[in-house]
Amino acid sequence: MGTFLGIDYPTWWFLVVGALFSGYAILDGFDLGAGALHLFFRKEESRRIALNAIGPVWDGNEVWLVIGGGALFAGFPVVYASLFSAMYMPFMLFLCMLILRAVSIEFRSKEPMLWWRRTWDVVYSVSSIMLAFLLGVVLGNVLKGVALGADFTLQGHWLQFLSPYPLMVGITTVALFAMHGAIYLALKTQGRLFTRVSLLMRKSMIFFMVSFGIVTLYTLLYIPHLTDNFKQSPTLFIVPLAALLSIANVPRLASKGRYMYAFLFSSLTVALLLVLVAIELYPVLVFSSVSEQYSLTIYNSASSTKSLGIMLLMAAIGAPLVAAYTLFVFWTFRGKVKLDDSSY
Amino acid sequence: MDVEILSRIQFAFTVAFHYIYPPLSIGLGLVMVAMEGMYLYTHQLVYKQMARFWTRIFALTFGIGVATGIVMEFEFGTNWATYSRYVGDVFGSALAAEGIFAFALESGFLGVLLFGWNRVSPRMHFLATLGVWLGSMFSAVWIVVANSWQQTPAGYHIVGEGLQARAEITDFWAMVFNPSSVDRLLHVWIGAFLAGAFLVLSVHAWYLLHNRYVELSQKAFRIALAVAAVSALAQLFTGHHSAEGVAHNQPAKLAALEGHFDSLAVADMYLLGWVDKKREQTYGLKVPGGLSFLLHQDFKTPVRGLRAFPANERPGAVNTIFQFYHLMVAIGMFLIALTLYAVWQWWRGRLFSQYWLLWVFVWSVILPQLANQAGWFAAEMGRQPWVVYGLLRTSDALSKAVTANQVWFSLIMFTLIYALLFALFLYLLNKKIQHGPDELLQEGHRPLQEGISDWWVGKKKY
Repeated sequence: MGTFLGIDYPTWWFLVVGALFSGYAILDGFDLGAGALHLFFRKEESRRIALNAIGPVWDGNEVWLVIGGGALFAGFPVVYASLFSAMYMPFMLFLCMLILRAVSIEFRSKEPMLWWRRTWDVVYSVSSIMLAFLLGVVLGNVLKGVALGADFTLQGHWLQFLSPYPLMVGITTVALFAMHGAIYLALKTQGRLFTRVSLLMRKSMIFFMVSFGIVTLYTLLYIPHLTDNFKQSPTLFIVPLAALLSIANVPRLASKGRYMYAFLFSSLTVALLLVLVAIELYPVLVFSSVSEQYSLTIYNSASSTKSLGIMLLMAAIGAPLVAAYTLFVFWTFRGKVKLDDSSY
Repeated sequence: MDVEILSRIQFAFTVAFHYIYPPLSIGLGLVMVAMEGMYLYTHQLVYKQMARFWTRIFALTFGIGVATGIVMEFEFGTNWATYSRYVGDVFGSALAAEGIFAFALESGFLGVLLFGWNRVSPRMHFLATLGVWLGSMFSAVWIVVANSWQQTPAGYHIVGEGLQARAEITDFWAMVFNPSSVDRLLHVWIGAFLAGAFLVLSVHAWYLLHNRYVELSQKAFRIALAVAAVSALAQLFTGHHSAEGVAHNQPAKLAALEGHFDSLAVADMYLLGWVDKKREQTYGLKVPGGLSFLLHQDFKTPVRGLRAFPANERPGAVNTIFQFYHLMVAIGMFLIALTLYAVWQWWRGRLFSQYWLLWVFVWSVILPQLANQAGWFAAEMGRQPWVVYGLLRTSDALSKAVTANQVWFSLIMFTLIYALLFALFLYLLNKKIQHGPDELLQEGHRPLQEGISDWWVGKKKY
């Protein structure tokens, strides 16, 4: 097995996939959050500004999902195959919601009629909420364990993805993204809309903290295998601690009106929560609830060393490029939203 | 219906629907690069005006293309789990390269292309358009490489036995430059240029017939006609090369394309025809020995036919494959004749005075689309019963955890959503065309709209 800097290739690729999904969660997270809050804005002008706040960037943000999915397929084909076929329904719904969100953003501004715009507003908001929720449901199943049996194929009924823990993780994800999106909107709005946004921001922070508290408690009480890694190396406790501090810092900075820093810290929160997930899992990728031998780990599901080596090289060349033009686009559209003749 | 046929229908339906849009994006991207290039070169506002108009239509096709494209990526895992495990090691790196090198470029610069007209300089905007177009071209590279690997696997070895077997990559560049990838990539690219160019031709022919935007439409029509004529001719060569490749690498597919059954005999080329699979006969209007001549430059050289292959290694729907293939070829020939005639009229200075010709162009927009679809159906159905040619059968490639009911559910859901999507697409496309290009002020600003948001905010500065 190849190693680089003393770390084996599957672990490197685990980090790459983790980084891509974190990037997706941070970036599309605020789009989904803004979408989740969309119906709380009443005026047409407010909704247009809120939509145009994510207008130039949402599509680029969604790319992270495409790349993350590709990276999972490439690096851990067995996880890709087993998890996606086991979670057939959530993924199919997710795809539909993804399409509906994209078309609602595109189509909303194309007609002036009130019913047209109201309809797409509802589709946009509901699909954003559902996307965040379904992502959380899948994550919850991955953490709790999926009934993978022989050949890493799902056993039993396909409806078993619906159980309390995944649903709670789903709700928490909606809350996290709502908070994250509200802070993003605060950066992008002004005047009365801004006042409305900051009110929503406070509410969504409370919503997130309550739901996060419940999920944490449930995890500690009922899902013991997730804490194994922490018990083995207690220094890792620094991560949940950092996550808690980061969470606490978000409302502190927001209340001082330092929204840029609040946004950076809510991004950091999203990232740290995913690091937490990564530590809880490693080296497992999907726990099997049937038997430990059927759990998918980064070793029994990885591509060959050769393949991982090629792709790590690609990632090393590609990542700076992607980062460069992502920054360029954000720089071009920095500042408060201005509607012009090319807006949605 | 069982899971296999349902999953095949779902994949075929979602990918065929998806494939309406990427060729339009690639082709329109090329035409837009040409328009903005002309604007930079001549500084005539009319070129910027047409580029902005086509950008709005591009946004529509691109948006639907992305949304329906992610479905394809996920379906490999959801519906074709065994396939994903089998090819992941090889296929994955092509897909990862697509994401990192192509798709990110495309979507990253899309924001600047669509919303950056007033924020960046014309030169920077041209570079953004170029970036989006190149991104879409690179996307095609990796997707066609992956698909070509399924047609002509190379640069791999098989590890494991039976159900545990999977392909592992041994040589990345041999995988990328597998025997069919270059020919097929060129064929796909040019098919996309035709799709985009013919949309531009159609819309501007319609404007000219209705005496709208005459100066702009004549200029845009000429740009698109140049792209279309060169592409239509070039497609003849890439198509011929592809067919030679198929003859060499996938002889059973070639036999199906021409309905050639005799195990080793002189092969005819049909202009029109009908395959009777039961009697293993093909009827129709043919050039005797034509296929032999095309492949070997000799009317007498025998070619292997379907009977040379075991029954379980032949493509099933021979007549369907034959019809798709011949539809594609017929359209290709027609497009060459049409564009060459139009170029001749252009040279004579009579291009815009012949109404019937403009009407033909208005309706011809559908033809490259049909040819692209037909070509892919022929290529993919001709590969059957294999999903990876000679290695993995389609019937073995399914997800074992997925039931027919689940696929029914998703298939119906996709049908409904795509029907809605297609209706909206046509409606909005028509609306944008009816609306036409906006008049541009020199600065490209429209003070009225800024005024509205200023009024709402209640102050003038940002």
